[in-house]
Amino acid sequence: MLAMYEQMLLIRVFETEAERQYKAARIGGYCHLSSGQEATCVGVVDAMEDDDLLVTGYRSHGFALARGTSPEAVMAELFGRRDGCAHGRGGSMHLLDTERGYYGGWGIVGGQLPLATGLALALVRQAKPQAVICELGDGAVNMGAWHESLNLAALWRLPIIFLVVNNKYGMGTSVERASAEPDLYKRAASYRMHGEQVDGDDLAAVIETTRRLLDRARDQREPAVLEALTYRYRGHSVADAGLAYRTKDEITERQQRDPLLRTASQLREAGATTDDLREIDQRVEERVQAAVDFALDSPEPDVDALAWGMYAKGSDEQFARMRPGSAFGEEELIFDGGLGK
Amino acid sequence: MTVVTPDEQAQAVERMTYREALRLALREELARDERVFIMGEEVGVFEGSYKVTAGLMAEFGADRVRDTPISEEGFVGAGVGAAMLGERPVVEIMTLNFLLVAMDQVVNHAAKIGAMFGGEVRCPMVIRTPNGAGNQLTAQHSQSFDGWFAGTPGLKVVTPSNPADAKGLLKAAIRDEDPVLVIENLPIYKEKGDVPLDPGFITPIGRAAVARQGSDVTIVSHSFATVRALHVAGQLAEEGIDAEVVDLRSLRPLDMETVAASVAKTNRALCVEEGWPSYGVTAELAARISKACFDDLDAPVERVGMAEVPLPYAKNLETAAMPNEDRIAAAVRSVLG
Repeated sequence: MLAMYEQMLLIRVFETEAERQYKAARIGGYCHLSSGQEATCVGVVDAMEDDDLLVTGYRSHGFALARGTSPEAVMAELFGRRDGCAHGRGGSMHLLDTERGYYGGWGIVGGQLPLATGLALALVRQAKPQAVICELGDGAVNMGAWHESLNLAALWRLPIIFLVVNNKYGMGTSVERASAEPDLYKRAASYRMHGEQVDGDDLAAVIETTRRLLDRARDQREPAVLEALTYRYRGHSVADAGLAYRTKDEITERQQRDPLLRTASQLREAGATTDDLREIDQRVEERVQAAVDFALDSPEPDVDALAWGMYAKGSDEQFARMRPGSAFGEEELIFDGGLGK
Repeated sequence: MTVVTPDEQAQAVERMTYREALRLALREELARDERVFIMGEEVGVFEGSYKVTAGLMAEFGADRVRDTPISEEGFVGAGVGAAMLGERPVVEIMTLNFLLVAMDQVVNHAAKIGAMFGGEVRCPMVIRTPNGAGNQLTAQHSQSFDGWFAGTPGLKVVTPSNPADAKGLLKAAIRDEDPVLVIENLPIYKEKGDVPLDPGFITPIGRAAVARQGSDVTIVSHSFATVRALHVAGQLAEEGIDAEVVDLRSLRPLDMETVAASVAKTNRALCVEEGWPSYGVTAELAARISKACFDDLDAPVERVGMAEVPLPYAKNLETAAMPNEDRIAAAVRSVLG
């Protein structure tokens, strides 16, 4: 559990640093932080096997770090640098790490559900024993993609868990103001699918529940909805102060039940000393600082490789007649087709 | 008994409909590669809304010819995800009109995967679907959005106009490593032509064809507009007008070299499409021809497309709105001055 505590702390410290770097204008675009949701990220990922697959929405830093993607690769991606996990092409919302089975952070609410369903379909077609965790926020359950994906997953008995991270607000709209059935896990019943709710700030409960549902998915090809109740301390994104739709008291009250504090006190009960925890603090701070240093040192992507990855190798030949001299038919830019020098 | 040499076998052709050519391509690719599977509404038990997949479920089973509920966003997305794990899904959409409800999966997801993830994961999927008008299917079922998709970096779009290309381009699309939209056409399904039987035959993506040689004017077209253009060219020949027809075959990548070479020869260009011309395929062509062939042109580039209205039901109104042969012939005469 010490290792998991360290991962949770890594996410918290990383996110705090990301916010600082965003405000220093080293990170651009949107930046959605996972602070407060660490037990869900770490617990769910801990319950996964190494070869299980993960897909998330755009609040993705915590899941990538929990899955083992290096803080260096994530921070470099946030900085838009060549050594980022998507080589500076994706940014905060589009982290990935296919070596660890992480098939992306996706930016359109609900859009990742159909394709995660397709990953599960491919696993079945390939007779592989893995399962898919598809993370989504509480706002995504009101999208049509949710309905279509759950129906297909149940109809075809696909090994997939739809993990609804219910942090109470879709941007600034509370679950009660958005969902006619605010107990989101109950919606699974419409598809004769198992649905379950867990305290997403209780690390042990998250692990136990996720592991049980993953086993069902893998062994019996039973998909499920798992709703993790948690809370985000920061706004929807760094640009949102997060106070227009909730009170400071509410945030303070939630912080009394902080997943890190809870896990730390469990560790102390189990015999961990202040020095043990301090040592973890120290290590995590150093790791995050190393990630910032790494990101700063990583070169920017090569402008000549602007179209890198857009089409597969060999496609430049197909595009050769679109505009001679230009790899993919564009008017002004010439691409070398390489990732960079 | 006739003895057929391997060479003759490789060159053998059979006359068949566009629909049968598509089916042959699917059957050959299903047999060639275990990763290939078909998914869509009514593709299996019903044997295809337009019977393109007839017999394939019986031959390859319900796993490889997979019926879906009416959930375009869901199963197009399922195709995207399966492709990301190395499968070769061929997703059938009943008509292009219905692809609009899956637009998010096509444009925001499939088209983005290669570039947005820095080349770390690919999406080798095919979506095939017919567009077109002319059967009084009215406003919601008679549209052609080829240009929308062809204008999206990350996608490839092919639009076969004859049975041989239907087979060759569909096979090329299935073997491609990127998401390819194969736009078919309802009126062409019954058109007949010679189709190579060689299972290795493909039509390369990104290569236009000169479908008819001529010297007076170039008609640039794709899909069913090419069928119309060839017909018009045949009629105009009787008037002594010698029109060349360039069949684009691929919209993205676009073979501008072949178009420009033809216009350099004829000095006049008419672009024809089934869809609305504003901001459409012919708009793109006119801009590119005007730039690439500025010194060659003896007249402004002309365009013909669907009248810019939601297509009405009444037969006479529908006919008037279509890029019919009378309008194409009139435009040819206009561009010839």
